Amino acid sequence: MEDKKIIVRLRGVVKRFDGDVVVNHLDLDIREGEFLTVLGPSGCGKTTTLRMLAGFETPDEGTVELEGKDVVGIPPNERDVNTVFQNYALFPHMTIEDNIAFGLVEKKVPKKEIRERVQEMVKLVRLEGMEKRKPSQLSGGQKQRVAIARALINNPKILLLDEPLGALDLKLRKQMQQELKYLQKKLGITFLYVTHDQEEALLMSDRIVVMHDGRVEQIGTPEEVYNHPKTKYVAEFIGASNLLEGYVTEIEGGRMTFSFEFGKINLKSRGFKMEEMFYLCVRPENLRMSQCPVEHFHIRGRVTEVVFAGSVNRTFVRLVNGQVLRAESQPDVEIYPVGTLVYVYWNPDKCSFLHTQEDQIYDVIEEEIDKTLEEEANVSIDDVLPSE
Amino acid sequence: MKKKNKEALPRGFMIGPAMAWLALFLLLPLGYIVVISFLQKNAYGGVILHFSLASYRSLLHAAYLKVFAESFLLAFETTVLCLLVGYPMAYIIAKSPEHLRAVMVLFMMLPFWINSMIRIYGWSTLLRNQGVINWILIHLGVISQPLGMLYTDGTVLLGMVYDLLPFAVLPMYTSIEKLDPFLLEAASDLGAGKMHTFLKVTLPLTSPGLFAATIQTFIPALGLFYISDMMGGAKKMYIGNLIKNQFLSARNWPLGAALSILLIAVTLFLVGLYSRVGKMEDIV
Ligand SMILES: Nc1ncnc2c1ncn2[C@@H]1O[C@H](COP(=O)(O)OP(=O)(O)OP(=O)(O)O)[C@@H](O)[C@H]1O
Ligand SMILES: [Mg+2]
Repeated sequence: MEDKKIIVRLRGVVKRFDGDVVVNHLDLDIREGEFLTVLGPSGCGKTTTLRMLAGFETPDEGTVELEGKDVVGIPPNERDVNTVFQNYALFPHMTIEDNIAFGLVEKKVPKKEIRERVQEMVKLVRLEGMEKRKPSQLSGGQKQRVAIARALINNPKILLLDEPLGALDLKLRKQMQQELKYLQKKLGITFLYVTHDQEEALLMSDRIVVMHDGRVEQIGTPEEVYNHPKTKYVAEFIGASNLLEGYVTEIEGGRMTFSFEFGKINLKSRGFKMEEMFYLCVRPENLRMSQCPVEHFHIRGRVTEVVFAGSVNRTFVRLVNGQVLRAESQPDVEIYPVGTLVYVYWNPDKCSFLHTQEDQIYDVIEEEIDKTLEEEANVSIDDVLPSE
Repeated sequence: MKKKNKEALPRGFMIGPAMAWLALFLLLPLGYIVVISFLQKNAYGGVILHFSLASYRSLLHAAYLKVFAESFLLAFETTVLCLLVGYPMAYIIAKSPEHLRAVMVLFMMLPFWINSMIRIYGWSTLLRNQGVINWILIHLGVISQPLGMLYTDGTVLLGMVYDLLPFAVLPMYTSIEKLDPFLLEAASDLGAGKMHTFLKVTLPLTSPGLFAATIQTFIPALGLFYISDMMGGAKKMYIGNLIKNQFLSARNWPLGAALSILLIAVTLFLVGLYSRVGKMEDIV
């Protein structure tokens, strides 16, 4: 995977609108044939990034390389890149057939070949029998397919999709997700896909780029981004997470000790500095509960709410400092009624440690810990060391 | 209670005034003209109450046919020029920043709140041999003899285009403004250059505006008479002049009325065509 050819390379790309920095020194490599998803909140610069790749916007700084060639300044019609627009942007005065054929006609492909390739495409996106219709005579999902076919028929080096499923209802959306993924695999075309639906991103992508304020927060496989978020932002943006604040108190022989309000954990060193602040992140589905202390590191708390959420049960546990943790368990796992005192714990492999950007002084934390200890004398601060 | 009463005003009460207005100022005069066109002329003006098809028959005279042909030609030339000049104007306005558009439209319309005849009169003082333009050119030594600018076919055309241009620009502007910019981006994305994007996307999608502009220029262009009078020196006869003359100087009211009916028929036909195409546009 790693040695796959890099097809798009963005370096130090900056884009400003009216003085506002919208894309901020963005670096991004896209590998040939991958399904790369750009995930981020509204206004973080996803569309702008895509538009710079397509050629509709010119970066103020930095380079955009397509197959090793800087394409800044080259107009969209001279780039081997195609876009699926969010609102489809089908030509309303042309039939479905003519819409799909548009790119090939522009390339002056022979008529006979155009007809064949359009037929092939129509079959691929399952629009047989609709060739002669106008876009206004199609449903949302069908229009979407036309938009995809119209772009794919050109065999672009990379296909840009800007929230292509945004306007579809949930059921159709799920179906189109599968179809898109299938098409991408079958044709082997590189997809750059924009969404702000994290579930969609996790489901479809080979890799995910998490963007925030015009910057890349993290790039990784869905598994990496979900299970090992690098920043607090990523942890909170993708899936729900429980974050516990702490700092490094000991580094010794490749291992280090993390201390936080509820005790200490000794772990393999992970590039933290002495006294550095961090967040310990545990996903709700990895948080376990027990009524008696367990061997693992654990924290005491009280169940405040239990919610049945279809496939999972969601339990909220309040800790002594008032922080509420969220646990999700399968329906077959025992649930504890509201008010129960429980010990929450987790598999040490199933948590991640995040650097914090804030320069907080650990004294403050220590003070707080002391205070909490005084208030709640029965809190268990066991020096439980996880194995491994 | 009060509110309900207000809403429940009888229908007739609402459309009544409009209907009365139509009857009084449109149907009545129209009917009057229709009636006159089938009567006989009185040598001293007015009509004799005697049914006759004479005026319709005389419409087929070669002299009148020539007038029709020349009128259509002038209206056609005017329309083509209005479209050629108006489309780029409409395009520039539609693509300007939003806050400028209203101002630009206002500036384009501004002269047209002054009576058209006064403006045309203004043109003729500019263009005539003793006019400002010739005076400046002679004093600058560019020319020694005044250019005979006024009273040519060209000046009539100029006056017509000048007078009707806003009617061409407005519908085209509306059409171009409605054009989804993403469609242009899509065309460009699919490999079309500027020219192809224009021909394959912009032009077909703004054709309703073009068509409306055509109708809105062609119809008034057929009937305008004072421009050829004032700027053409009434050298050539057009339908408008002909009608005016029948009523005011030739004293042949039935013929004037028959000519008017002809003009109205052509107009109705074009308007019908327009609304047909307008409906088709909904399907596209
Ligand atoms: N043409 C423009 N002129 C001025 N500001 C713009 C322009 N295009 C985008 N912006 C601004 O740049 C920022 C990023 O916009 P962008 O469309 O890239 O966001 P996005 O990540 O795609 O958001 P969304 O998920 O809502 O589509 C926004 O604050 C937006 O208002
Ligand atoms: Mg966007």
